[in-house]
Amino acid sequence: MATTEILKTTNLQKSFSGIIAAEDINISVKEGEIIGIIGANGAGKTVFVNMITGYLKPTSGSIEFNGKNITGIKPREATHIGVCRSFQVSQVFMSMTVKQNLMIAMSLSKKSGSALLDPINDDILSKECDKILKQYNIIKQKDLVVSTLSQGMRKLLDIAMAVVGNPKILLLDEPTSGVSVEEKFGIMDIVISALKESGTTVLFVEHDMEIVERYVDRVMAFYQGQIICDAPPKQALKDKKVIQYVLG
Amino acid sequence: MFKGILKEQTIQVGIGFVFIVVLLGTFILPEWMSNNFMYGLSRGLAVLGLMILWRTNLVSFGHALYYGFGAYAVAIAQKYLGVTDVFLRILIAIAAAGLLGFVLGFILRRYREIFFAMLSLAFSMVLYGLLAKAEFLGSTDGMSISPSTMFGFELGRFGLFYFIGFVVILSLIFAHAYLRSSLGHLTTAIMDNEIRVEYLGYSVEKAIHIKYVISACLAGGAGGLMAAALGQVDPDSMVLWSVSGELVFVTIMAGLGNILAPFVGAIFFEFIRTYAYEFAPQAWQMIIGGTLLAIIFFLPGGLWSLFQKINPFKKEKK
Repeated sequence: MATTEILKTTNLQKSFSGIIAAEDINISVKEGEIIGIIGANGAGKTVFVNMITGYLKPTSGSIEFNGKNITGIKPREATHIGVCRSFQVSQVFMSMTVKQNLMIAMSLSKKSGSALLDPINDDILSKECDKILKQYNIIKQKDLVVSTLSQGMRKLLDIAMAVVGNPKILLLDEPTSGVSVEEKFGIMDIVISALKESGTTVLFVEHDMEIVERYVDRVMAFYQGQIICDAPPKQALKDKKVIQYVLG
Repeated sequence: MFKGILKEQTIQVGIGFVFIVVLLGTFILPEWMSNNFMYGLSRGLAVLGLMILWRTNLVSFGHALYYGFGAYAVAIAQKYLGVTDVFLRILIAIAAAGLLGFVLGFILRRYREIFFAMLSLAFSMVLYGLLAKAEFLGSTDGMSISPSTMFGFELGRFGLFYFIGFVVILSLIFAHAYLRSSLGHLTTAIMDNEIRVEYLGYSVEKAIHIKYVISACLAGGAGGLMAAALGQVDPDSMVLWSVSGELVFVTIMAGLGNILAPFVGAIFFEFIRTYAYEFAPQAWQMIIGGTLLAIIFFLPGGLWSLFQKINPFKKEKK
């Protein structure tokens, strides 16, 4: 496994009107790692993801990505440098078809300047789009309007849209929430194998410990805005604090 | 950007439509009817601009700002620079409105929904106030526009009609090319989900700004053409809030289904207004209001939805 540090946070803190949502978060993530972020509701997991991806500006502390300070970066700047994300509630274009969603994502990631004025339906992009839809197992739904899809399908599309920008690090916020028991392992198998293939570093927020145990290299457990455990899954899930505050 | 655009059905039908309207207006119909076609085609440009904004859920209640600015730019260029050439006139109108849209766009792109609508209205009323007070621009009497020329020759009414048709075709081609592009597809994407657009790496504000400038250019072009067609500009008929209201009215009436819809809607509106004024001079506004109500109740997708029900290319939304 590569050992280059890709993400580092130092004393990261976020408070809302005096209420501390995240405090003293110090992490170091190496390239290619797959990390599970666990914690009860309100523990600060999503706040952490939002700070890394520019949705929220930290109150104090710093975030370094590939050695560069990216604290307070804007979401689109985060995307440009390779920090991408998916959302707890799928953020897709509901009135468009699955393929139109992905075509927009692909054209924005591959084109710039005047090339954005070229027709979106070019053959090369379309073929590439079909390939990704196939990889994520949503090719059969490509012409369906997204609002008619199941949560699981929307999640897959949401993740596929984040991945087409070739992220160096991908943060997935509860990729299996709202997804049926039958679908969740299927989704994670598809997503994790695709991301491993591309060597993408992954941090994902998850409540399902079966998923965590099965897919991650390392677990970060959050409680009241702080990391109370940072260890491999077998060790973390047996940790006393994790059992008391996270697993209940 | 324009690759293969003339092969697209929307453009072919659009060219055919404009061709028929111009033919009817210049050879077949009486002058009063012909005028309705000419004004409808011209105002349709401003409605097209509104439609492009509307597809992002941005409704401007003040688009007469650009419509009037384009018209006054033509009048000022004539008064101070002696410009009567129709090509120069339309270019000046588009450039002036586009520049104003570019400047105001920095403010407006940060607002949505009712705030966007009312701020647009506020800017248009500021311009109205300035024009109504500016004596060197004719104050409330406005300014007259001399007949347009082309290559030094007077264009005449028919010539101007052909020119308007030409400008409308160019605008249809441009609007279609824009809407089918990646940038144009952001129109609907932004309406659906701004957060996702930002996380795909594109600035929502920038996309709206581009759209706003395009919309302003189209409205300015419409104003320039109307100034040339009417031979007169004044604040009440070009910039007043009721002019903006009419443009919104026609956009709702036309529907957002196709880039041709604004022109169909604008021509329809000219006829409704003419007949309503002819047959009920004391209650013509009531007839217009009733027409809009009927369309909202029975054709919520606007007049264009009627065409979609009967035409063979209803799937193509550009």
